[in-house]
Order: sequence, then C-alpha cells, then structure tokens
Amino acid sequence: MDLSELGFDTINLGHGSGGLMTRELLDKIIFRTFSNPFLDQKHDGAILRIDNKIAISTDSFVISPIFFKGGNIGELAVNGTVNDVAMCGAIPKYLSLAFIVEEGLKIEEFVDIVNSIKIAADESGVLIVTGDTKVVERGKGDKIFINTTGFGEVHPKANISTENILAGDKIIVNGFIAQHGMAIMSQREGLEFESTIVSDTTNVNFLTNKLLDKFGDKIHLFRDPTRGGVASVLSEIAIDIDNGITIFEDKLPLEKQVAAACEILGLDPLYVANEGVFIAIVEADVADEMISMMNDDEKGRNAVCIGEITEDHPNKVVMHSSIGGKRIVTPLIGEQLPRIC
Amino acid sequence: MKYLSEYRNLEATQSYLKLIEGSITRPWNIMEICGGQTHGLVKNGILELLPDKVRMIHGPGCPVCVTPLNLIDKAIELLENDVIVCSFGDMIRVPGSKKSLMEAKASGGDLRILYSPLEAVNIAKNNPDKEVVFFAVGFETTAPANALSVLHAQKENIKNYSILVSHVLVPPAMEAILDDEFSNIDAFLGAGHVCAIMGFQEYYPLAEKYKIPIIITGFESLDLVQGIYMAVQQLEKGFHKVENQYARIVKEEGNKAALKVIHQIFEVGDREWRGIGVIPSSGYRLRKEFKDFDAELKFGINNIVVPENSDCIAGEILKGIKKPFECSQFGKKCTPFKPLGAPMVSSEGACAAYYHFSNNLISS
Repeated sequence: MDLSELGFDTINLGHGSGGLMTRELLDKIIFRTFSNPFLDQKHDGAILRIDNKIAISTDSFVISPIFFKGGNIGELAVNGTVNDVAMCGAIPKYLSLAFIVEEGLKIEEFVDIVNSIKIAADESGVLIVTGDTKVVERGKGDKIFINTTGFGEVHPKANISTENILAGDKIIVNGFIAQHGMAIMSQREGLEFESTIVSDTTNVNFLTNKLLDKFGDKIHLFRDPTRGGVASVLSEIAIDIDNGITIFEDKLPLEKQVAAACEILGLDPLYVANEGVFIAIVEADVADEMISMMNDDEKGRNAVCIGEITEDHPNKVVMHSSIGGKRIVTPLIGEQLPRIC
Repeated sequence: MKYLSEYRNLEATQSYLKLIEGSITRPWNIMEICGGQTHGLVKNGILELLPDKVRMIHGPGCPVCVTPLNLIDKAIELLENDVIVCSFGDMIRVPGSKKSLMEAKASGGDLRILYSPLEAVNIAKNNPDKEVVFFAVGFETTAPANALSVLHAQKENIKNYSILVSHVLVPPAMEAILDDEFSNIDAFLGAGHVCAIMGFQEYYPLAEKYKIPIIITGFESLDLVQGIYMAVQQLEKGFHKVENQYARIVKEEGNKAALKVIHQIFEVGDREWRGIGVIPSSGYRLRKEFKDFDAELKFGINNIVVPENSDCIAGEILKGIKKPFECSQFGKKCTPFKPLGAPMVSSEGACAAYYHFSNNLISS
C-alpha cells in the first residue's frame, strides 16, 4: 500500500466520525486489505452460513507495547480469538474486527497492524466479515485497542467439556511456556533487558483440528493458558471437576532464556502469560501417540505431558517440585508482582 | 543454569534430608530470617520433607511485611499530591490505613513499578517539572542501590528526586525476637543476601550472648536443607557458632564497595517495624548532608501516624510466636484478595506463602 496516497499521517478524531473521513479510512485501508464477499457488501453486519454447531468467542486486546519482539497487537488479536474458538473443538471460520484507536496513532503503524491482521487471518483460514472503527481523544486510550469475535464450526468428532475429564487423564502442553509474557516484559518501560526472547503468538487451530480428526472424543479438554498462565488455567479446571490435578515441575517445558529471565525478575513462569500455547487433557491410553503426533507438527514440536488428573486432593492443583516436595498451585490473584529482593 | 540447577538437585537435597533425619534426637525450633527463604521452603515443598522434629519458624525478613502502615500512608499522600511515586512491585498491594498504593494509582496517582531505584532517577531527569520519590524499603540488601540512586541524583544535580526511606536491619530484629518472653527460637538461618552485603561479623556477639547457632544460608533447596543440617548439628552437639553455608556468595567482611556507599548516605537510627513497634537502632535514615533527598522532610509528611489493624496478628507472625494458620482471620477475613496485613500480600510473607503453597491446605 502506498501510504502517500492516503493524504494523512496520523489517525485523528475525524476518522471515527462516521463521515467521509471514516469512509476514506475504510475504503483505502480496511476494505482493500480484507476484501471478501461478506465484507464487500459493506453492510452493517454480515450474513453467514454455518451448518453445524457453532462456537463463538470474543476477546479484547489492550497490550502495551503494541509492537513487540515476535509480533504485534494485530496478529495477537487474530490468533488469540482463533485459538479460543479452536479450544472449543471448533474450526474457526469468520472474525469480526473492531478498533478503538487513540488519536495521533501514526498511519504507518495502523497499516502495519492491519497488514499483520490480514496475514494472521489468512494463515489461520478465517475471513474478516464485519467490523468497526472508533477514535478516542488522546489520553483516553493506549494507541490502539482491538476487539475480535470469532465464529467457528464445531468439529463433528469433538466433545470438549470439563465434565468429560476423568481420573487418570493426562495433561499435555504443546510447547514452551511463559515465552510470550517474558517477551513483552523484556520490552516494558523501565524493565528493558537484553534478550532474544520472542513472543510465540501463532494460531494452533490446524493442529487442534488434526488432533480431533484422529482422537475425537478421547480429547476431553483444550484450554489456552493466556493471562494468568498455566497455573491459573489449571486451577480453574480443578475447581470445575471432582478430581484433583497433579503436575511435575521438572516436566514443565521452559526455554533456558525464559527460565533465566523469570529467575532474574522474580517471576514464576507458571503464572506468566502465553500465546500459541494450549493444554490438552486427554485419555491416558492415547497420550503418547498424541504427543508424538504433535511433535511432528511445527506448532507442537516441544509438546510434553506435564501431569495428570488424580483422585487425590479434589479441586486442587498440586505440583511435585524437582526435589520431591509438593506444593499447592493457586490461581493468580492480581497482576504478578516482582519481589523486592 | 550454572549455580542454580546444582542447588536444586534431587539426590543432593535428599541426602541432606537423610542426614538431618539420622542425626536429630529431639525437636528444635529453627527460624529462617529471610522471606526469600520462607518462599523457598514452601515453594519447593521442603517443609513437608523435613522430619517432624525440625520446626521451621518464619522470621521477619520480608521487607514488605515489616514496613509500617504510616509509611504506606505517606507514600499515598505523595501520590495524591501529584508526586510520581516509584516502588518495588510487591509493595503496591499492601493495605495502608485506608487504601493500598494500587488503589491510589487507580484513583489517578502516578505510580511506577520499578526493579531499580536508578530507573527512578531517570524518571526524575525526564520529568523536570514533576517531583519523583522512590519508596526505599528493604533490608540491608536493597540499601546499596537506594543509596547509589541518591549519589547519582546528587552528581547529576537532579533536584526533583528524593527517597521515602524505610530501611530496616536484620541483627536488631533478631535481638528483639530473642528478647521476647514468648520466643522459643533455638537456631537461626541467617539471611544470605543480607550477609552478601554486610558480611557476618556482626553476628558473632549475638551468637555468643544468646548462645544460639546462626547459619548464614542461601535460598535454593540444597542451600536450605544444608543450612538446617548445619544448625541441627550444632544444636545436637551443644555448639553456638556463626557458620557460613552460603560461602559461594557471602564473604565474612561483606561487599566493601556496597558498604562504603551505604555508610556514605545512611546512618543507623531507630525504626518502627510493622506489628513489632519501634526497635532502637534498627534501621537506616539519610545522613544530614543528604536531607534534601529525604522525601519526609521535603514534603512535610513525617507527622502522619496511624494505628495498626487490631485484627491482624502480623507482629506475632513476624516474631515467629504464631503460625499463620493459628490466626483466626487466616483464609477467612484475610486472604490475598483482601489482605488485612502485609504478610498476606508479599510472596515472601509467611501468611501468603502458607495460603498459596502449603500442604496444610492440600487435604482440606
């Protein structure tokens, strides 16, 4: 896209007015980038057909900084919602896309974000079918917020529910944890430290789909441990089931640099946010086969079993430490706060 | 990770646990001074692996926990008067008399969470029309960096920077605990990081006066069980010496460069400890030459006095007289969601450590 033909350098309040400036922004950037038969109707909404059971998920993205090592808020907004739909055992098809932009955002940043959204949407096989753009005064936003809602068709073999979880089920994670959160943290104001940690934001819907094709209802649950990390998601699951959860510290997949960064900053990787990571709770007899199938896929290269569902300590997550001790894993309370010393 | 993974080794840790089991003949009460050690004991499940005869008592070494209520109110007062307040992370959720720093931030205060006070000096430099205060809490460990921030500001002639000092010292607190009539401590695990700065010469008279073993101990699993083993050996044999388990980090004379900076900026003075009260000569205050950097004087907030919450037994917890679950409010009126006192907030606080990790809760 030739930015000079746009005739403006920054987004201003006029672009959210609903008038000609809005139309110009939409025509020159949004419609041009995302063109498809549903969006091209330029209607207030989109009329779609999904023949099977439908899964819907919505999410708002407010990340700072908006550009980070390994991605930006745009692809995060696509991958995050696509993955949430995939976690329902569904094949993501359509996405709505709503921006809240703070006036003054540079147009090249906006276009970069839009282009990333397009690439991420294409890669995960979803169409942007409807959307919205609002502009708020300077100081009333943080550059840009994005909301996406995803619609997917539930996989015919899927039966994803915490109700299906049984004692003996294995808990599998598809790859390194805590990477995204630490990539963001390493670039936060006042915390910058040299590292090559890169966010692993990516879609996982093709992998989950492939697993459902093969293992169907032997997969009892998919969840993505985004905010609050693995600890918070497992704690939530434990509360919803009649059994307990046991995980093993020395099985947690943790990349060396991420482990070191967590150590230095006094953060527990179990509570650090993830993207492109999912947890699968599956029947024990398919766990090994599933892990080896995941290991053959780029998105599951480092998949491992981190624990299991137990009859002991119902509603609680207990971690076996690397020295043979045990501790309760509780959900994150507020933001994870670095310790003093 | 060099110097970390070796100290989280299963076999080595278990061999020390066996040695403790094999040599202990009666119950001993051992207090780990530092909150980081409490955290390590609970997080790694060590408490459960120790023989019943080893009774670990959690000491007062959590800087967040011992910072008195009025200091938090002072920081909030600054926030509400357009001052940029910079703080270490785990301080911000501690309740003051009316609200926490986090709540004051939500009401519009400009609060920054930092890892280093030197960053606060940069913020002051970049915001010359604003006053910037660093909330300088902590034990001897954080004192050098806080002192250094004052020296930097002075060198660069930055006038809009000051620190709200609440520095406390370990040895006077140990003495106050030993002097308490309800205290029943048989040995101490000394705070490794504090001694990395200060050395451990000042512990010799304490060990002698109170006939108590003091083992300067690190923070990893192996450090902790080795420190406990060394304490048990002394107790069983009737010794009371200062020993250094953490020799890979701690030198007897401490870190001379850090000590020089501390003594240049700070002098020893009386300090109030949350839940314990004023302990004579138990903290640092800025020397007169640096009074321009003293936020309490600069903003006239040194008269804010507030009573402690009477439902909270933080004082008894910090002195090791009571365990967190012996508090009637534990897990009921007082949780990390709505803490009554600081030990429930900081991840190093004994109450929060028990709430989050303890096996006392696994079967309940």
